[in-house]
Amino acid sequence: MDKENLSKGIRGTYRVIIIICSLIVIIAIGSIYFFGTADTELVPIDQEKDSKEIVNGVHLKTGFVEAPGMQETITNCTSCHSSQLVIQNRMNAQNWKATIDWMQETQNLWDLGDNEAVIIDYLVKNYPPTSKGRRAGLTNVRWYELKQ
Amino acid sequence: MMNRRFFIEKGTLAAMTALVGVDLVFGANLPKGYTPLALQDPDPFQLFSKDNRMSVLNNKPWNIEAKAHLLDDKVTPNKFMFIRNNGIIPENIDAKTWTLTIDGESVRTKRTYSLEQLKTQFKQHTYQLTLECGGNGRSEFDPPAKGNQWTIGAVSCANWTGVRLKDVLIDAGIKDDAVYIGYHAADIHLSRNPEKEPISRGAPISKALQDETLLAFQMNGDDIPIAHGYPLRLVAGGWPASVSGKWINRISIRNKEHDGAKMGGSSYRIPCKPVGPGEKVADEEMCIIESMPVKSLITYPMSGAILNKGKSLNIRGHAWAGELEVTKMEYSIDFGSTWKICTLEKPKNRLAWQHFSATIDFPKEGYYEVWARATDSQGKAQPMLLPGWNPKGYLNNACHRIAIKIA
Repeated sequence: MDKENLSKGIRGTYRVIIIICSLIVIIAIGSIYFFGTADTELVPIDQEKDSKEIVNGVHLKTGFVEAPGMQETITNCTSCHSSQLVIQNRMNAQNWKATIDWMQETQNLWDLGDNEAVIIDYLVKNYPPTSKGRRAGLTNVRWYELKQ
Repeated sequence: MMNRRFFIEKGTLAAMTALVGVDLVFGANLPKGYTPLALQDPDPFQLFSKDNRMSVLNNKPWNIEAKAHLLDDKVTPNKFMFIRNNGIIPENIDAKTWTLTIDGESVRTKRTYSLEQLKTQFKQHTYQLTLECGGNGRSEFDPPAKGNQWTIGAVSCANWTGVRLKDVLIDAGIKDDAVYIGYHAADIHLSRNPEKEPISRGAPISKALQDETLLAFQMNGDDIPIAHGYPLRLVAGGWPASVSGKWINRISIRNKEHDGAKMGGSSYRIPCKPVGPGEKVADEEMCIIESMPVKSLITYPMSGAILNKGKSLNIRGHAWAGELEVTKMEYSIDFGSTWKICTLEKPKNRLAWQHFSATIDFPKEGYYEVWARATDSQGKAQPMLLPGWNPKGYLNNACHRIAIKIA
């Protein structure tokens, strides 16, 4: 096979992959639209899977977003409490730091050394605070016919 | 092989995309009519006999909350009762050998009682007592506060049976200089360091001596479920539920404010003086939360009900006010422009939540929100907006509301 045919072959493969990925996204959005409920939902993920497995940017075992610093965060932040406690919080760098300080002062967390900056950077980039205002509107209302 | 699973939130875009992978990979495992909360190993719903519509916020330590419509029962059954744990549930509990020691600087005689002695030597009492997590509603604060992001479901009112803490304290003897009690319990610190207690809180002696403050061994007529403190717990209704220690084996009568784990710093404390959102507050400027504020929940119907035009809507729910009683209950269908009175029952006993109901007629088709507002015996009403910001996001008693459509 000459170079041109090879690159055509690769492009063809890419097209197939792009089509498959697009289908997955459409199905996902569709299923969330049709089957999503009003409240936060939790979905099962498998802890027996390879602990390194990442699916669509999320570490399957912990639910953490895959980004630089994730492994340091898993190693240092999930031996006492679950990853869920981290993931449900949103803080700026100062408050993530204060949380680490509090855990070191009262909860037996060890000195994180150079990893502290890496972990705080990971947390603030992936779990930053968002403004909710003084009272958020009702969202994701799941409508149903009331029979009374 | 054991197939261990746990959950991630389907809320962020990243987590939503993860759902795709999960659905493709594990689609065959999902039961028909699947409620996404139904699977977990250890399955908390099975483990703690909870309804699978409850929300798991955290599996280590266990933190699980209800939803408004699940709290419709007048007396909360176990299956809908929130779990707030600070540490690991004690392992190898043996009620036959369980003891409670009363000690501390201000006890006349240090005494140890077996569970059997407590049950037989003291008169038993049953009360309906409202227990609400101090951080219930934390998820709404802006800027966000650290901790489990409770929405509205960390509240319950069950029947608790036990002996009065005051009867036991008096039996051991209370010195004149007693000011506080502090509990100690058998739960295990998350670090598994045996030197550390996950939580050791308490209350001023005046709260400890109230008739309704119980050393309880039964909930709703049965042994207390393990997640709720079997075989012995404190129940101090109307105060942050962290005062109602679980798996209690020692109570210290203190001659000063108790200084156990999560009594100091910002834990279960709010700024002594109001602060602006996000302000830093020094530890010495933080004051311990005592009575919880006035609050209510619409437990029927579930938010999202669609009614035909011309049909009335019956709503109902519960209201509570910490140490106080709720004296007025109102609803609004016009975002607070006008308020109408609900029928409000008296509490079954002091510190029990009160039931309310109303029949609502809607003027025309369209989208409505029913807002509920309780007022306590001192004239304080629930705010429609979030109450004062505090560093740990406690005491959010903003009005509950549900969405209704008239078609």
